Amino acid sequence: MFRKLFSFKGGIKPDTYKAVSTREPIGIAPLPSTLIVPLHQHAGGRAIPRVRAGDRVLKGQCIGEADGWISSAVHAPASGKVLAVENRMAAHPSGLPTLSVVIEPDGLDEWACLHPLRYQALSPEKTRECLRDAGIVGLGGAAFPTHAKLSAAKQTAMEAIVINGAECEPFMTCDDMLMRERAEGIVSGAAFFRELLDPKKVLIGIEDNKPEAIAAMSEAAKRFGSDFEVIAIPARYPAGGAKQLIRALTGKEIPASRRSPEMGVQCFNVGTAYSAWRFITFGEPLVSRIVTLTGNVENARNWETRIGTPFREFVALGHPGHDTNGFLMGGPMMGFEIPGMDAPVVKSSNCVIAAATSLFPPPPAEMPCIRCGSCAEACPHELQPFELYRFARVKNFDRAREFALDECIECGCCAYVCPSRIPLVQYFRFAKSGVQARLREKEKAESARSRVERRKAREARAKAEKAERLAAGAQASGMDASKKTAVQAAIERARQDRETIQAGNANDAETGDRYDEGQPR
Amino acid sequence: MTRKPAIDTTKGSRVEMTEKFHRNEEQNKPDRPELPGSSATGFISPPYLSRNASVRRVMVQVLAALLPGIVVYAALIGPAIVLQLSIASVTALLAEAAMLKLRGRALFPFLTDGSALVTAWLIALTFPPIAPWWLTVIGVLMAIVITKHLYGGLGQNPFNPAMAGFAACLVSFPALMSQWPSVTAPAHFIDQAAAIFGGARSLDALTSATPLDALKTALRLAGPGATVSAALADTNIYGYVAGRAWEWVAAAYLLGGLWLAGRKIIRWHAPAGFLSGLALISAACWLSDPERFASPLFHVFSGGALLGAFFIVTDPVSGCISGKGKFIFGFSAGILAYIIRVFGGYPDGVAFAVLILNLCAPLIDALTRPPIFGMKKK
Repeated sequence: MFRKLFSFKGGIKPDTYKAVSTREPIGIAPLPSTLIVPLHQHAGGRAIPRVRAGDRVLKGQCIGEADGWISSAVHAPASGKVLAVENRMAAHPSGLPTLSVVIEPDGLDEWACLHPLRYQALSPEKTRECLRDAGIVGLGGAAFPTHAKLSAAKQTAMEAIVINGAECEPFMTCDDMLMRERAEGIVSGAAFFRELLDPKKVLIGIEDNKPEAIAAMSEAAKRFGSDFEVIAIPARYPAGGAKQLIRALTGKEIPASRRSPEMGVQCFNVGTAYSAWRFITFGEPLVSRIVTLTGNVENARNWETRIGTPFREFVALGHPGHDTNGFLMGGPMMGFEIPGMDAPVVKSSNCVIAAATSLFPPPPAEMPCIRCGSCAEACPHELQPFELYRFARVKNFDRAREFALDECIECGCCAYVCPSRIPLVQYFRFAKSGVQARLREKEKAESARSRVERRKAREARAKAEKAERLAAGAQASGMDASKKTAVQAAIERARQDRETIQAGNANDAETGDRYDEGQPR
Repeated sequence: MTRKPAIDTTKGSRVEMTEKFHRNEEQNKPDRPELPGSSATGFISPPYLSRNASVRRVMVQVLAALLPGIVVYAALIGPAIVLQLSIASVTALLAEAAMLKLRGRALFPFLTDGSALVTAWLIALTFPPIAPWWLTVIGVLMAIVITKHLYGGLGQNPFNPAMAGFAACLVSFPALMSQWPSVTAPAHFIDQAAAIFGGARSLDALTSATPLDALKTALRLAGPGATVSAALADTNIYGYVAGRAWEWVAAAYLLGGLWLAGRKIIRWHAPAGFLSGLALISAACWLSDPERFASPLFHVFSGGALLGAFFIVTDPVSGCISGKGKFIFGFSAGILAYIIRVFGGYPDGVAFAVLILNLCAPLIDALTRPPIFGMKKK
């Protein structure tokens, strides 16, 4: 079908390296010897552990309960014995430990009792709660809890939901293979999202370098009529960035300061739609995902992998080459180096790349910026990266924010094209963390100040009350006129003190509120 | 039996490698902030892929684009230009090395980045090819030592180094800077070389005015009766459109410049702005009085217009950033160059126009900052 496509500016066209991992169908990764399931795999609050060492768990049993609304539950990926609930290395660039449930699978793979979700009979609130308790989060990489994205804005009617099958990162093919093999499930999941958000259209965006996926998805979408459109978009990184895809399909540009539902759009990854469908149809919580294993390996392939599988056991499936000198999680543009092979596959692990010097040569010497402007041309958010770099370098974070540091999505296009080979993304992360640190400092100072003031106020009030009490006592016992006036004056003073203090507090509260609104977090 | 570990799962090797290759001047500069995930903390940052681009690659392509112009220059005006290019190149590299040493910077990455050579070549190409060797040396030193390194080296200079060098010599040595070789009777290479090294400056037999200079003088000297068409009738000086021999050199610069633009080493905005500015104002004057003002074609193909349009106005460091900014920069430089040429005291005005616009570049940048994704006014 012909359709007007919008274009986002900038972007790059790196080699894709995708074909190598699409030759074989999705494989089922074998049961690992241990499963290390972090309780914090999603954006928002860490799940609260619900099992103890020694417990027997069933596959799909909840082992961590969502803590608050922006949080998600965590489930056992296999039946077995809980060995420990302790801090283990996280699949995060920092490699810092995070509370994890360590399970020794018993090999029976016995499911807990599952119930399909009859969401038609439930209120939307209840449905969203169920999704949260099923641990459904965005599988595109950010792992934002899906239920929290499934409410429309109050003022704006939903125009479209965008299903993201663009998969623009080089090497990565997990979404491609999922769409080729399980298109029905994805589209059904999208239909479920539609019931909750009630948009006019469901737009499925796929980069045009995935003809098989486009064919499979178009076939599956037919069943749902003309509201479902599968749209091929020109392959250009970062077309799979939510904001870029929304721009390409709807023409809307969503700034960092706004949420997409406020502008009538919401975006979900194909993997998310699929896992939501598995949950409503079979009652299965999110315990596994498709992970691409590629790069410097003999056998590049996609694997349906249990969450919690240690990377050491996972990468062995692909037989990495001897010259492998590290592993990346995520794509080569926005991914990171896995801090240690004992870290586990988590919900946001879409791709693991065995790195070698032949694939990712070490960067050459960094040169000074020559202001050539290539970065500004490549930036999909139309920023001026070289200016941001200049300000980040001298730690002038306020100026960097004037040049819209907050809009940077860290896609890496600028660093990719830079002839001076400046690690621009690093500079921007540095500046962003600097901004955060300053905000925290400010908050700390604020709260210290208000604590001191509250204490002063408390003391003054106590003093005033005491004076009033004494005065009242003196009045009752009867006094001469001069004493009476003195007491009267004291009472008056005390009241005035109290009033000024209260007025001051009220002012503080007001400025405090304004401050909160003014600062994007 | 110990098996060789299949994979080095600690990232040690990778970090080591980064340190080896990544350690360089920029990272060791004291003012560089400690970046999160820099090799100090053990990570190489994404993106792990990069385009095969480098400053050197950019500069080498600029030099390559100058070659057609140089070949035509050497063929039509005399091979002395090759001598001048060599003098300028050697001086530039020595000056660059000395300054890097004084500033405590690594020699290798900066000496081989090609930027000093680009400056040197531009100076050689804008100076008279029979200028004495020491004049070229002064021009290059002015460019590399003062304009480039005293302002912080590569990427930091607010002025175009080559144009600053040219302007300094033009105002300091006006006579020497206007001794151009005659193109009607090209001197032998030996004579030109003697002029460069000999120091004997009684060169009247060797020199003649450039077309721009000749036209200006003709119009001034001949008084009120003089007309452009009468002056230009002398094809020995003026060639087909803008000067015998020189117009072909300009055409070769145009060719090289278009190649650069095609490879996206330079963007089209600044040259287009410069040439349209120059053409527009010269067309306006020419249409108003064709007897007093030369045609746009004459102005575009004479003097430093085409060299300037593609190789000087396009300097990213001292120019503007956004496409709009680049166009405004070029357009204003074109108009200014014409005004200096026609109404000013110098036969050509490209250098002064570019230097003045260098001063305005930060302002133009501030006024033409492009809107950001999601923040555009409807």
